[in-house]
Amino acid sequence: MKTIKPFLRVVLLLCAVAMVASLKFPVWKIILEAPQYPEGLKMEIWSNKIAGDVDKINGLNHYIGMGVILDENFPELKIIPYCVVIMGILGLLVAATGKRWALWLFVIYQFIFGAWGMYRFWYWEYEYGHNLDPHAAIKIEGMAYQPPLLGWKQLLNFVAGSFPDTGGLLVIIPSVIIVLILLYEQFFRKN
Amino acid sequence: MKTITLKSIGIFASCIAAAGIISSCKPKKVDSALSGDAAAKVYVAPGKYDEIYLFTSGGFSGQVGVYGIPSGRMLKQVPVFSMDAETGWGYSEETKPMLMTSHGFVPWDDSHHPQLSRTEGQDDGRWLFINANNTPRIARLDLGVFKTREIIELPNTGGNHASPFTTQNTEYVVGASRFSVPYDKQGDEAIAEYKDKFKGTISFIKVDKETGRMNLNFQLLVPGVDYDLARAGKAVSDGWVFFSCYNSEKAHSLLEVNASQRDKDFIMAVNWKKAEEYLAAGKGQKWSANYAHNVYDEKTHTATTTMEKEVTVLDVKDLPGVCYFIPCPKSPHGCDVDPTGEYICASGKLAAVIPVYSFSKMIKAIEAKDFEGDYDGVPVIKYEAALDGEVERPGLGPLHTEFDANGNAYTSFFVSSEIVKWNVKTKQVIDRVPTYYSIGHLCVPMGDNITPYGKYVIALNKITKDRYLPTGPELTQSAQLYSIEGEKMQLLLDFPTIGEPHYAQACPAEIVRKHEVKFYKLEENNHAYVAKNEKDAKVVRNGNDVHIYATAIRSHFTPDNIEGVKVGDNVYFHLTNLEQDWDVPHGFSIKGANNSELLILPGETQTLKWVPDRAGVFPMYCTDFCSALHQEMQGYIRVSPAGSNPTLKYSTGEEAVSAK
Repeated sequence: MKTIKPFLRVVLLLCAVAMVASLKFPVWKIILEAPQYPEGLKMEIWSNKIAGDVDKINGLNHYIGMGVILDENFPELKIIPYCVVIMGILGLLVAATGKRWALWLFVIYQFIFGAWGMYRFWYWEYEYGHNLDPHAAIKIEGMAYQPPLLGWKQLLNFVAGSFPDTGGLLVIIPSVIIVLILLYEQFFRKN
Repeated sequence: MKTITLKSIGIFASCIAAAGIISSCKPKKVDSALSGDAAAKVYVAPGKYDEIYLFTSGGFSGQVGVYGIPSGRMLKQVPVFSMDAETGWGYSEETKPMLMTSHGFVPWDDSHHPQLSRTEGQDDGRWLFINANNTPRIARLDLGVFKTREIIELPNTGGNHASPFTTQNTEYVVGASRFSVPYDKQGDEAIAEYKDKFKGTISFIKVDKETGRMNLNFQLLVPGVDYDLARAGKAVSDGWVFFSCYNSEKAHSLLEVNASQRDKDFIMAVNWKKAEEYLAAGKGQKWSANYAHNVYDEKTHTATTTMEKEVTVLDVKDLPGVCYFIPCPKSPHGCDVDPTGEYICASGKLAAVIPVYSFSKMIKAIEAKDFEGDYDGVPVIKYEAALDGEVERPGLGPLHTEFDANGNAYTSFFVSSEIVKWNVKTKQVIDRVPTYYSIGHLCVPMGDNITPYGKYVIALNKITKDRYLPTGPELTQSAQLYSIEGEKMQLLLDFPTIGEPHYAQACPAEIVRKHEVKFYKLEENNHAYVAKNEKDAKVVRNGNDVHIYATAIRSHFTPDNIEGVKVGDNVYFHLTNLEQDWDVPHGFSIKGANNSELLILPGETQTLKWVPDRAGVFPMYCTDFCSALHQEMQGYIRVSPAGSNPTLKYSTGEEAVSAK
């Protein structure tokens, strides 16, 4: 079997580097805007920590009885950095060997990792949005405060937005490129 | 410069003017109608910021007012020399030391002249200095937080009026005595001995480049006249400070007559670099002194008072080259240096001309010893030798001059109640506009810098009379905004001010906003009684003193139920605001407190002392509307009779825990 085109191997290498670089940037952001916060509040989700205005958001969340957002509540933050490094190593492997099976492995790993990550993200949004302190100051029958997975949503006086941040784009864009390379190598490359 | 005398001169002059109208045809009334675009020029749309910060002296309020220009909207009153119950300034345990002096706690003063700190002759937006005239002091405000951070008392000073003018790089701020007093025999002299025994002093307060910390480096002992205003030289005249002096008659009674006899008083030129040389050469005498130096530490959120015990005094009559007098017509007030540093404009309050001195001619006269004699051992330079020219018939009662960047000067005229624009080089009057009424100082944004910002001139008036809806016998104080963008000045706006706006300084907002602080960082809070989180909140009894380490966060205090306090205890509420967001202060008040509320900014700790006078349960609550549940931010403290033995208990939202 032929190896992957040299040019595409370089692209794959760059994709792997970008994915590892995502460790240095926030992966996802949740934005909250309200009349009293015209400048907006931003919660940054990194591979290994929650940052941004998380203290201010926790201060506001106590009115509706939402749990406190703390790094130690999320075991994922300990695991994800390793998962990203493994992804980088797989990328290197593909670029170095140029083997199509390695590329398949790389893509499958990405899908599993990505799906698991999005599931855990949704899971925690659901947990925090629904598990509310029954003694909270503000209680509205039937109201949950689960932020959207992607896009905008109105939650009381806040408009909540959920979008990939720099680190997220450094993973998502290379993922798309890698899938396209796989499709090309597998189905469209002429002999 | 607020005096009944000046007001009565004004009224007297108006009478003369009235008499003149009757005997001749009626002069055309001054056009006071606004031209059409004035409103547009001062309109700042909701949600938009003003272009310029204006800092006005609060006059007899002792404070500083902060305004936005061109809207004239008041943004803040910064407490400086007077207690302020609204913010707890001078009431909280942390701020009480700021108002300490050698006379004990002085809760008020009369603040006259704000001065922005500067670098290379330009406002740098770091600090604002302001003088206290009555009990002589100089305060430093930090413009990152708009709070008073240091107050230094000036020893050997009667009335700190010619103050706190800053040198080109804020090496020094100065303080010169308006009232000369005797210094021999602990000052216990007959007032009639004024001519021989009374002396003036000029303090040179060194300012640390990094921290702004002030330190009284030396004082000059100078002849016993009244020192009124000052400006430091800049560019070519850097190294000098110029003071206006009146009462060269040395009167000690009925000064309105007795100090207005001589045709000429003086401008005093002081070579401070020369004085520093004498100081370094050990020519100063150490005088024992006793003066307060109060510093507020932003990390401990606490002020401390240090009593300083010594000052170095240089007697200028023994030290040639430090001081020179230049004759100046009739009781000068303003003494202003133009942007080039070459021209010094003096304003004799009763004079018919504005003399403009040349710095280079003054230096030549000194080198040529072109003196007409001396006054108390200080050489007097010949008037003509230092004079560049006079502005003829500018108006009545010139007081103070500031400058634009195009070589024009703007002088205020108290008696004729107008601003006159003239050219510094040609000395020709270009334009004049009336003010409403009796302008004192005026202010051009950065108008005393090497490169003025210009654009506006602000009139700081002494009388408002019919300009505003009346409010009984006491009327509002006021300033007026004029555009100076065109050849002709144009009145844009009247706006009320606090106290009496003696003088003001203004600079573009971005210069100040570079230093903006939004809240204090909790992790940097080193207050002795801080509680950085609710777990650290506690109540500790130490004899009759009860220390409550409490926290405030939307929307509760921790602890909010306290028992075990007794009548006559000294209860200290040490409140830490745990918020770490902009614009979320909490207030604290308790029934029967003999002081004030506390206003605690995010990350800050402040302490209210409370001595309960009777048994009972006392409510306490947050006074600053902090959230939707602000009204729920309240608590109770139970006070048991003196001599009882209650258990100290405290809690928030659960069963009380007993104090250890």
